[in-house]
Amino acid sequence: MSLLEINNATLKFGGVVAVNDLSFSVEEGEVYAIVGPNGAGKSTVFNLISRFYEPFAGKFTFDGQNLLDREPDEVADLGIARTFQNIELFDHATVLQNLLVGRHRHRKTTLLEEMFFAPRVRREEHRHREAVEEVIDFLDLQPYRNKMIAGLPYGVRKVVELGRALASGPRLLLLDEPASGLSVEETQDMRWWIDDIRKQMGITVLMVEHDMGLVSGVSDRVLALADGAKLAEGTPAEVQSNPAVIEAYLGAGAA
Amino acid sequence: MRIHFKTSYEHDIRLFQDRWTLGVYAALLALAFALPYLIDEFYLGEVTNVLIWAIAGLGLMLLTGQTGQASLGHAAFLAVGCYTNTILIEQGLPFVIAFPLAGVITGVIGTIVAIPALRLHGIYLAIATIALSILADDIIVLMEPWTGGVSGKFPEMITIFGFEIERWTMPSRFYYLVLVVTICCTLFYRNLLRSPLGRAFAAVRDSEVSATAMGVHIARTKATAFGLSCMITGWAGALMGYYAGTFNNETFSIVISITLLMMIVIGGLGSIHGAFFGAVVVAFLPQALSILKDGLVGGGVAIPGLETGVFGMILILFILFEPMGIYGRWLKIRIWLELFPFARKDMFRRQKSYLKTERLR
Repeated sequence: MSLLEINNATLKFGGVVAVNDLSFSVEEGEVYAIVGPNGAGKSTVFNLISRFYEPFAGKFTFDGQNLLDREPDEVADLGIARTFQNIELFDHATVLQNLLVGRHRHRKTTLLEEMFFAPRVRREEHRHREAVEEVIDFLDLQPYRNKMIAGLPYGVRKVVELGRALASGPRLLLLDEPASGLSVEETQDMRWWIDDIRKQMGITVLMVEHDMGLVSGVSDRVLALADGAKLAEGTPAEVQSNPAVIEAYLGAGAA
Repeated sequence: MRIHFKTSYEHDIRLFQDRWTLGVYAALLALAFALPYLIDEFYLGEVTNVLIWAIAGLGLMLLTGQTGQASLGHAAFLAVGCYTNTILIEQGLPFVIAFPLAGVITGVIGTIVAIPALRLHGIYLAIATIALSILADDIIVLMEPWTGGVSGKFPEMITIFGFEIERWTMPSRFYYLVLVVTICCTLFYRNLLRSPLGRAFAAVRDSEVSATAMGVHIARTKATAFGLSCMITGWAGALMGYYAGTFNNETFSIVISITLLMMIVIGGLGSIHGAFFGAVVVAFLPQALSILKDGLVGGGVAIPGLETGVFGMILILFILFEPMGIYGRWLKIRIWLELFPFARKDMFRRQKSYLKTERLR
């Protein structure tokens, strides 16, 4: 059984069909990339999985459970973490605090315990911190621990956001354009991290990305979208040589 | 500049970063406890007033500074706390039970009121909460049998296990009571900040979308913030009742709500220090103005609207030149001193922030 299964998903905004009868599945332990021209509905698919949008039709199954039964905040509890295209960090907090918010789904203490900072809260804080430190080590964020997000450069913010998603200890990681706006070197780092996330941590990755170098470097399978519908699916090489994909990107006659 | 060499996670969790900070706050606490022996009764009363305002400020700070939800309705919750405490004591409950309970009841009422109001954002929430301030007046008049309506109420003398406390005849005892409540509220606030709930508050303030994606239930978190905020405000209200000695439907007017909000903006949004700095300004400004006026134009001359005008001016100046409030300015001065002579002129210039996704709101 696949980890994430999406069957016949459809979403319309007024007359615009953003996602049109889309079906695909992501297997446990693979890196699955979604590519497509602007406005193809890639981020919309992510927002559907995050339950920010209510689909018109379709079935969303994660690990055998119906995603549509869940509220948006319960999606994280299932073990789905995500990053955002435009970086959605908590700007007036430190990197450490941002990563600790990633641990929110593991919160066990009650309001009263936290008001009096009971011993259990302290123990839990140590546990959260340990998990966060592992992420900091993994992503080399040590110099930024106590820096405010508002003062950090773009590339670092991108990594912090990845870190926050990893801190939640997910089974499925949704990366919305992890390499957009990054330099060549930073993109290379990102590629190694995605590789390690899959191999060392055993986390399944679903990503939206425009950088075909990165996509063909890390992903096992690629889904090409255009106008909200599936254009092609297969290995990176298969999708890149697919005539329909080339037509969607470059126009008819280019192939 | 002090460099911290951190050797355990505890370093980031404990209340005071180092021995120096601990020493400073211990000295401050010692000074606070010794104050009745150092200054006369009039000024002790003024300091008590500052502390009461600071408690109310902490309440609103938790909601506005920490969770990012503006409220112009907190005068209503001051009233709820004040009346609840007085009524509970009249029913024969001892102060040690009635006073905490008054805060809890205010918190529960706050949460119930918050649930519909929290669907609103920013300025709309502020406008909706104005209604609370205005309604409170009428509700107090309508509930005359309990509240005494327009003629108001007098709080009874506080007795804690036979130990009597009264604001006018024993100002130092009342001061100690207020001081203890202030310390408790500050500790609650601090503890929340270093635990998951406090971080969830900040998450809701900075980005609701990604807070949701991290598993934070937005509505529940906001309602919790509202409840906690109202609880602290309720305690402040009860103490205000004792401080004033008498109160009626007009005591907790919308002006108090606005003053509260201005207070935390002037003090510095999002910090405990801000609530205290703001309280000092709010409580001392009227006194300072009247002393200044007497010196300049002589006593007995009334200048209508002087206080409000000056307050408004201060607020405008702060928003223009120091949006981080007094606490922000204090931090800058401290860093300048720590780095001397290496501080650069543009060190605190604000960076342009990157685009944020607003589409999902």
